[in-house]
Amino acid sequence: MAAAGRFVAAAVGLVALVLGLGGVAGRAFTVTVDWLVPLGGLELRLDPLGGLFLALVGGVALPASVYAAGYAGSARRGALAYPVFVASMGVVPLAANMMTFAIAWELMSLASYFLVLHEREARESVRAAWVYAVMTHAGLACLLAGMLLLGAWTGSLRFADWRAAAPTLDTGARGVVFVLLAAGFAGKAGVIPLHVWLPLAHPAAPSHVSALMSGVMIKLGVYGLLRAGLDWLGVGPAWWGVAVLLAGTVSALIGVLYALVDRDLKKLLAFSSIENVGIILIGVGAGMLYHSVGLAGLALLALAGALYHTINHAAFKALLFLGAGAVVRATGTRNMEELGGLIKRMPWTAACFLVGSAAIAALPPLNGFVGEWLTFVALLQSTRLAQPALNLTFALGIAGLALTSGLAVACFVKAFGITFLALPRGDAAAHAREAPASMRAAMVALAIACVALGLGATLVVPALVSVAGALTGDRAPIAVGDWLTLGVSSGFATLSMLAIALALAVALALPLVALRLAGAARGRRLYETWGCGRMLQTPRMEYTAAAFADPFKRVFDFFYRPEKHLDIEFYPGSRFFVERIEYTNPTRSVFDDWLYRPALDALRGVARRAQAIQSGSANVYLAYILAALLLLLVLA
Amino acid sequence: MITTVLIALAQLIVVGAGGPLLVGVVRTLKARLVGRTGPSPSQPYANLRKLLRKEPVVSTTTSWIFRATPYVLVATMLVTALVVPVLVTRPALGFAGNIILLMYLFMLGSFFLALAGLDSGSAFGGMGSSREVVIAALAEPTIILAVFALVLRADTINLGGVVERLAREPLLAANPAHLLAFVAFFIVMLAETGRLPVDNPATHLELTMIHEAMVLEYSGRYLALVEWASAMRLFVFMTLLANLFFPWGVTGLVEPLPVLLGLLALAGKLAVLAAALAVLETAVAKLRLFRVPELLAGSFALALLSVTAVFLVP
Repeated sequence: MAAAGRFVAAAVGLVALVLGLGGVAGRAFTVTVDWLVPLGGLELRLDPLGGLFLALVGGVALPASVYAAGYAGSARRGALAYPVFVASMGVVPLAANMMTFAIAWELMSLASYFLVLHEREARESVRAAWVYAVMTHAGLACLLAGMLLLGAWTGSLRFADWRAAAPTLDTGARGVVFVLLAAGFAGKAGVIPLHVWLPLAHPAAPSHVSALMSGVMIKLGVYGLLRAGLDWLGVGPAWWGVAVLLAGTVSALIGVLYALVDRDLKKLLAFSSIENVGIILIGVGAGMLYHSVGLAGLALLALAGALYHTINHAAFKALLFLGAGAVVRATGTRNMEELGGLIKRMPWTAACFLVGSAAIAALPPLNGFVGEWLTFVALLQSTRLAQPALNLTFALGIAGLALTSGLAVACFVKAFGITFLALPRGDAAAHAREAPASMRAAMVALAIACVALGLGATLVVPALVSVAGALTGDRAPIAVGDWLTLGVSSGFATLSMLAIALALAVALALPLVALRLAGAARGRRLYETWGCGRMLQTPRMEYTAAAFADPFKRVFDFFYRPEKHLDIEFYPGSRFFVERIEYTNPTRSVFDDWLYRPALDALRGVARRAQAIQSGSANVYLAYILAALLLLLVLA
Repeated sequence: MITTVLIALAQLIVVGAGGPLLVGVVRTLKARLVGRTGPSPSQPYANLRKLLRKEPVVSTTTSWIFRATPYVLVATMLVTALVVPVLVTRPALGFAGNIILLMYLFMLGSFFLALAGLDSGSAFGGMGSSREVVIAALAEPTIILAVFALVLRADTINLGGVVERLAREPLLAANPAHLLAFVAFFIVMLAETGRLPVDNPATHLELTMIHEAMVLEYSGRYLALVEWASAMRLFVFMTLLANLFFPWGVTGLVEPLPVLLGLLALAGKLAVLAAALAVLETAVAKLRLFRVPELLAGSFALALLSVTAVFLVP
């Protein structure tokens, strides 16, 4: 049963990958089945943008399903939800009318809800699933409201009709629809402050599902935003782009700040997903802005950067979640403070996780760098806008992106270093065993994808530019260089990943050879780490995840608002002999404290008021029904 | 093709050999400023030679990351030596890289060095790594904004292009926006290369050190490679300061005489910068670690002002 589910998911993934790549290459088809779905029937249409996201679904579902064979074994839980989840994600980018889209979207949310509820014995998982369900349905409500309004105003529920009719709509009406749709999609994408479900739900799901949720599902929020802001509603005013750009910058920064101080490995990765969606949205926002002011070439560049980062993030975040899953499976904990030293016991997992960490930290010559580079290049050319206010906004966006990438490096030094290096901090980590072959194969495949997407930048970028062109309706190609070198905006910037990778490889070998030729000492002596004359090197002397992140807590204390709890118990005999010390230094979430808690309190207050009319007596309820009926009849 | 290879070799030799010399010159100058005779400027070469002959001791706690890191560090620096316009505006890999790539190549080195610091399992290494990544992360926005100020003027982010474009502006050194960006970048250079007042390159005092804490476990040829790489890092950063902000003498012609003149001009500019660095390091004390973010925030403010100034005074 479980194996069948995985097999179906893998098959769906393969089909999605092939179809999607075809779509990117320009193949298009339409499928309509009128009787299957109410209000317009099932309508699927493949276009380049949909194809790209479809390929993304397939590209991650395939390794995730292979991985699941080793990870989940024959556990039956989620055997049905998993293939439904993969298939519904595949339908979302193909949907060509509202009902098809809404049903696929909701199926995707429901299936992932059941997958988040995987460990339903744990209170934590139940709460995560509950928050997820509430947030995702609040988002759905926004989406439905926006789509129904647009449907009412354009007189059709087909996306093609919206596309044709949107330019004739009033700007205010389009603005309302955009805000509603953007809120709905941003909630799914995990944009701050609608992110609260993400760090709860992603870690709670099994790791191959986390990989799909972080790698693909939240990207479908980005997909929706691209559709809404650039396709369904036509060319929007400049503030749409500015709003997306700012939301992206804030999400990127805050996401990485939270990721930095978390000690739960999977939660860290989930927060980092918020950061990366932020980076993607910086590109999307810049693209929308450039598009609305008529800088077509720059718009394509920014959108290509955003799409590149979308693909990249799917590759490395899926890889990292699979790696984290291997660690969890081997040690039974997600708490980094109990891990360490795994590189010796799980060399394959460690090597793959290292590739993922370097890629997500945007280090050359891996894929993360190319996406961020394109985004930077697009932002740096904002001088062509010639509006000082916008220029300074861009300058801050650039600085925010730079700080984000610096903090991301710190975050993944911590994630990899604390988890895999030095001595194990707990028994579980000391006796960990390497993951089985199916899991290793999935991780290695994704690691290779990270390298290939970096080295093959000159092949990927033109394809993405044409996808972006198909989306904005601007098919005039922009030159992006030749097979060796990316070159954009007539010499503004060039980049050759192949040359850099080759140079790095040669430069790595050079000192090795030179030292050998020069006859330097060759052997090495093994000895324990220097410990200031201490007798014994134990894991207690190691830096912990909390200690590593502590300077950041202090530097950004206005944001983290850390609390200190120091609890010391002394021996009864003397105050000078400590029996036990407990020190915790938790951070407080500004969003919980200042946004969600007041909102929930207000909601509870309203509910309490409403209790007044709930007497519990059937007669009174019958009277209510009668009154409501009469009122409706009078009004009608 | 031949000339490209020759230029590549020349730049590699200048950066590779110049790095330790620059470190030695700064050390000698600092010694003279406080009234000591100090070692000869060539002392770093002798140190490297000595270290290369010694047998390294490696902790049993460490993994292959620890042993690979020195090579990665050297590799990143050698590649930057091919990207940065040290002698000519169009170096061998000038087409392949640009200023953003350069920043991330430095980051690649820092990433591995920070991992190596954690790998030994000692508290020193972890402390050094943690501090290093804090400073690297906080320096990043300043670097990119200072670069942005340059880009606004040059309309390209390729380093050679920036140098060529700015070389055509005679009054550059008197432009306030340009000078602000220079000062911001100078402060970032101090942070990124571990100089006073951010880190003290001459101390092994556990509470203050950053870079030295990370490399505490290294010895023998590994330490030699790490030290060589950090010397090259200083050289490349100083060269960036010298050639991007004061692009005099960097030639577009690949002929012996202009390249030689370029080398002399670079030596002159670096001598001035080294003297400035020595005076600064003699005059200021090390900042407390948690005051460093204020310094970096200050340099960020300067860079932002510089960008604003470019918009206001085009």
